Amino acid sequence: MTTGTPTKPYSAASTARRRKLPSQALVGYLFILPAIVGFAVFYLYPALRGFQISFTNWNLLSDPQGVGFQNYRDAMQDPKFWSALGITVKYVLWNIPLQTLLSILLAVAMDRLVKSMFVKGLLIVPYLLSSVLVGMIFLWMLDPLLGIVNQWLANTPIGRQAFFNDAGQAIPTIAFINIWKHMGFNALLFYAGLQAIPRTVYEAAAIDGSREWNTFWKITLPLLRPVTVFVLVTSVIGSFQIFDTVAVTTQGGPVDATKVLVYYIYQNAFAFFKMGYATAMSMLLFALLVVFTLLQMRLLRAGESDLE
Amino acid sequence: MTTLTPTGRAQDVQRPKKAFPIGRLVAWACLLLIVFVSVFPIFIVLKTALTGNKALYTEAASLWPSQPTLINFQRVLGLLSPEAAQAAGGSGSSVSFATAMKNSAVFTGLIVVGQTFFSAMAAYAFARLRFPGRDFIFTLFLIALMIPGIVLFIPNFITVKNLGWLNTMPGMVAPFILMSPFAVFFLRQFFLSLPRETEEAAYIDGASPLTIFFRITLPMSQGPLVTLAILTTIGMWNEFFWPFLIAKDEASYTLPVALQVFKTQTPQGTPDWTGLMAGTFIAILPVFLLLVVMGRRVVESLAFSGTK
Repeated sequence: MTTGTPTKPYSAASTARRRKLPSQALVGYLFILPAIVGFAVFYLYPALRGFQISFTNWNLLSDPQGVGFQNYRDAMQDPKFWSALGITVKYVLWNIPLQTLLSILLAVAMDRLVKSMFVKGLLIVPYLLSSVLVGMIFLWMLDPLLGIVNQWLANTPIGRQAFFNDAGQAIPTIAFINIWKHMGFNALLFYAGLQAIPRTVYEAAAIDGSREWNTFWKITLPLLRPVTVFVLVTSVIGSFQIFDTVAVTTQGGPVDATKVLVYYIYQNAFAFFKMGYATAMSMLLFALLVVFTLLQMRLLRAGESDLE
Repeated sequence: MTTLTPTGRAQDVQRPKKAFPIGRLVAWACLLLIVFVSVFPIFIVLKTALTGNKALYTEAASLWPSQPTLINFQRVLGLLSPEAAQAAGGSGSSVSFATAMKNSAVFTGLIVVGQTFFSAMAAYAFARLRFPGRDFIFTLFLIALMIPGIVLFIPNFITVKNLGWLNTMPGMVAPFILMSPFAVFFLRQFFLSLPRETEEAAYIDGASPLTIFFRITLPMSQGPLVTLAILTTIGMWNEFFWPFLIAKDEASYTLPVALQVFKTQTPQGTPDWTGLMAGTFIAILPVFLLLVVMGRRVVESLAFSGTK
């Protein structure tokens, strides 16, 4: 893991280096010093501190009071926690399958139809925008009165839609917006994966008389498995942390219909100043994501065996 | 038929012979539709930003403003007096997008330079130098890749508050400027793949690790460094949650924060859409320019980010 792939023996040089070990260690520590400071202060310490805060009640003003597992017990009995988790899962279920499917199809289209860098550039424009901008743009486009989408819909049998203002439509709408934002980028990842599949495999399939559709299901999709797993798991982890779009468009409304987990955590921390409870819930989210990451390891191994 | 793909390779030219290219036409239509859906919202942003406030109501469904005006840009950039801005349809909310633009540029610039440089130093040490504890520390960095933002943000907020850095640029850049686990991991992988021979020769000539790093490794790594810088630029330009927590004072807003505040400042009733869209367009412009100037590079960087 640490040795890369040395191709030639370099005994003279490596003994020279071994002799230099003490000075190299000093330089090594100097080189990692800035990164270590950043890591220790803003990753390691907060991770441990967060864990510690989660066992206290703390409003930022008075001293934290240890309460043992109370915050975790509270979370288990808090209907709003479960509802927030449920809404998050609902969002993930709207977001991920559609986004992944569309991205794969788009990647195949990129591979088979266009090589143009210009078209690929256009497709990733949404990904380059911040979630705040994206939220703002769709808030405007989907505005009940003046938004262009409702201006159009008004003249069709569908009629005007409330989108963000309707408890049932709000989550699918937010999911659609993030599909719009990420589809081109994910397609680009799948496209890169497609490029890695040897052309000879396709030629062989063509010679065997495999139809387009068959080739896609029997060859392309299985060989894309490692990329698929990567994209799927990273986007699931990202989806579980949805916050920006909600903060900009609905702020959890209407009537809590879009109060996703991170938004609820944010509210507890920075609106109700329940730091202990908020960190306890973030730890639960972290645990959930670790489970997904372990699943990822599993699936990735399955993906590797699939390749050959 | 072959004229469809003037640049097509042999297999592309052969394919349409077998089947009538109806499938291909449908695929093209779908692709064009997706390209349209990807860029159309940006067009609406520009159209709205160029629309006068009164025309907004009468021309909601049209695709081009009958009397394009730059007044929205002028007022969100603070080029008009408050009275003139209100006369032009402003809501009375005042956020200086010029200041926000400057803050965003400083915020992004500092982090891109700092994070790339310090991460490169650490990555080099992890890849090439030997010192006790190296692999253990690197493993910690890898684990940190999995921690969700919200877990870190709450304790980090407290740290920055205790340092007295709320509302300041140091507070905003602190968690990012010294490292990111992804940057260290990404560059380490690349440094491992660099041939060792040049370095070994320099070692024998008596060069210090410092000289080797600056004179050999960095110059040989321009591609990955630029890739990383692009990814960091996009990520930081769009970062919302952290600056949103730290910058509570107008003078320290970044663009995404300024937009969100501009929106929520609007007194009840309809938001100031023309102003919001002018602000949105201003925030889009720099990433859009990045894409135009470095198109291929940006696309490749994004594609690469998935194959880490």
